[in-house]
Amino acid sequence: MSKARENTGSTTQRNMIQAINSAMDVCMERDDNVCVFGEDVGYYGGVFRATAGLQEKYGKTRSFDTPINECGIIGVAVGMAAYGMRPVPEIQFADYIYPGLDQLVSEAARLRYRSAGEFTAPITIRTPFGGGIFGGQTHSQSPESIFTHVCGVKTVIPSTPYDAKGLLIAAIEDPDPVVFFEPKRIYNGPFDGHYDTPVLPWSKHPASDVPDGHYVIPLGKANVLREGSAVTMLCYGTMVHVTAAAVEELGIDAEVIDLRTLLPLDMEAIEASVEKTGRCIIVHEATRTSGFGAELSALVQERCFYHLEAPIQRVTGYDTPYPHSLEWAYFPGPVRLRLAIERVMEDVSGNL
Amino acid sequence: MASDTERRNLPPLKLHVPEPKFRPGDDADFSDIVIPAVGETRRPDIADDHRDMPDLSYGLVRVLDDEGKAAGPWDPKLDPDTLRKILRAMALTRAFDGRMFRAQRQGKTSFYMKCTGEEAVAVAGTFALDRDDMTFPSYRQQGILIARDWSLVDMMNQVYSNKKDRLMGRQLPIMYSTKQGGFFSISGNLATQFPQAVGWAMASAAKGDTRIAATWTGEGSSAEGDFHSACIFASVYRAPVIMNVVNNQWAISSFSGFAGGDETTFAARAVGYGIAGLRVDGNDALAVYAATQWAAERARTNHGPTLIEHFTYRAEGHSTSDDPGQYRSADEAAEWPLGDPIARLKKHLIVIGEWDEERHAKMDEEVATQVKTAQKQAEKNGILGHGLHQPLETMFEQVFEEMPWHLKEQMQDMLDENEAANNVAKTR
Repeated sequence: MSKARENTGSTTQRNMIQAINSAMDVCMERDDNVCVFGEDVGYYGGVFRATAGLQEKYGKTRSFDTPINECGIIGVAVGMAAYGMRPVPEIQFADYIYPGLDQLVSEAARLRYRSAGEFTAPITIRTPFGGGIFGGQTHSQSPESIFTHVCGVKTVIPSTPYDAKGLLIAAIEDPDPVVFFEPKRIYNGPFDGHYDTPVLPWSKHPASDVPDGHYVIPLGKANVLREGSAVTMLCYGTMVHVTAAAVEELGIDAEVIDLRTLLPLDMEAIEASVEKTGRCIIVHEATRTSGFGAELSALVQERCFYHLEAPIQRVTGYDTPYPHSLEWAYFPGPVRLRLAIERVMEDVSGNL
Repeated sequence: MASDTERRNLPPLKLHVPEPKFRPGDDADFSDIVIPAVGETRRPDIADDHRDMPDLSYGLVRVLDDEGKAAGPWDPKLDPDTLRKILRAMALTRAFDGRMFRAQRQGKTSFYMKCTGEEAVAVAGTFALDRDDMTFPSYRQQGILIARDWSLVDMMNQVYSNKKDRLMGRQLPIMYSTKQGGFFSISGNLATQFPQAVGWAMASAAKGDTRIAATWTGEGSSAEGDFHSACIFASVYRAPVIMNVVNNQWAISSFSGFAGGDETTFAARAVGYGIAGLRVDGNDALAVYAATQWAAERARTNHGPTLIEHFTYRAEGHSTSDDPGQYRSADEAAEWPLGDPIARLKKHLIVIGEWDEERHAKMDEEVATQVKTAQKQAEKNGILGHGLHQPLETMFEQVFEEMPWHLKEQMQDMLDENEAANNVAKTR
């Protein structure tokens, strides 16, 4: 074990990729059981460059390229974890994770349970997800609800460089398997949903001020991004920025909650907010039917029913494959958000 | 050892991680690649048992020698007209690629992939198939459509995702699909087409049809489980299918060693599955033609599947999204010992007195004009992101044959949203 790097309090401006890279760097330096691997991960440093420099620093046996075989990538991660290592495999795009599902769903997720705790799978699968980059149907999907439906896997989605690093370190140090979805649309800058205006780089955003050392954002803790009393907006990933921008543009006193971890979910924060506002809008880019919004809607209804003053609204992608040329008609942007806010505010107390 | 109290004194194990021979800044030197002489790799009879030909998985089917002469048992002895047609289709493919790559750089579309250096694989292979044989390509076999005289405008409409795109702007550029062209819908997920080709071939056999299937994947993607699923089904049912592994040495930044290429040939996988395997000089159009013709005849006469490894080189980047200068030596393409497929066939035609530099230059001009004309016509139908897209409603169509209520509702929501946004997008 190498000497742990202490958090000295110094910070560096980082975009999302650099923050994620720094998280792995910190973990690899502190614990030589941590290793990263995946397609194009080693020498090239990943197609999005998230693992850049790690092979140079930690060597080929701790940062390496793999065959194009997602079943193998996740399967060997389970085996390495069974040995006692702490693998952080990358699946190049979330759209490519499906061949690895059996190893994740039937194996990694249940290993602790079925071996009565003797074997565990403390692996963190990093994978870029989401659209808004003209990636077509095989580079744009948001399959997070497939994973929240599996018993034994944690699902984490950051929305800023600061959160990405703290959450990824927490995920890597977590004793259970974690799927860590990286919203690739906001790798280089927060996106407000206005696709026809230039994107601001992360350097203009306070959450790009990322500590150089070790810190953790605990899994299962949401972030109340904006306090408000009119309506609770539940969101994560790219949609945090789209939602926050829409709220500012409409001048509505909404409470915006960035869930950060879908499972385990910060139900306490959600309940407290909905009990205060009496209204709830759930925002995600993923398809609507059986999306994570359905689970959130059920939970809010079960626990906050007597506080609700209007039906819960979902703002989501449509139930179609992610289209290429009609990407912006598909993407749940500012107009879809405005219409949902108008609908939820119409009931009972009326005006926006 | 029965007891868990004693451990032998053993040396530490080492994890082997493959490394390509050259990285950026290195001089590429391929002199260690063993290239058998033309004629050295034998040509078994079509009906021979696959058990009697494992050597072919380790050889290299070649026809054209360094002087441009055709020789050996694999020489398909094509007439000069066919040779010129193959040459022209390869040149047209290269011109098309050049033009579309530039169109992406000019912001007219989101993505493009060239097949530079690998034109012979798809083009010559297609010439050896029947027009009604079914192809299940990967993303670098645009040469199939060009060899089948498919409309360049139609291909470009797809690349531009415009209002005339036959795929309704739904797919990433180059993920063509045309049933009429015998060209199965390309997937962005890798090697998925391999078992599908086997299934199509099984159906053709089960129905007593005469058509066969051919499929292509890169050597990198041959690591996917789908490849192995295809092999076992093809072997068990002796499916009339040709399974091509295009070994172009690079899968984005990962060299072929990460697909197992350091340890054995890709063709050798056939041996383990009980399939006929051929390893072919993929930059030799005549060798590709001959191998495909051999495999096609074999499949058509109920002698089962063939796995063909095309030994070639990806002369350009993976796509418009990567910079190969970051991960491999810049002079690899120029140093590739098997040359360039267009230059080699051109040389052959000149050697046999059926071609000359003047005619070649004229052909290059003609294909350039053909592509330019097609591009002008395609761009009248729109380029990506400039309003000439398919009507919004098409997003919801063909998810199912009949639209269920929830999609109808969502479609109405989308139209309402578009109205609320001052009708920014075109509807029906």
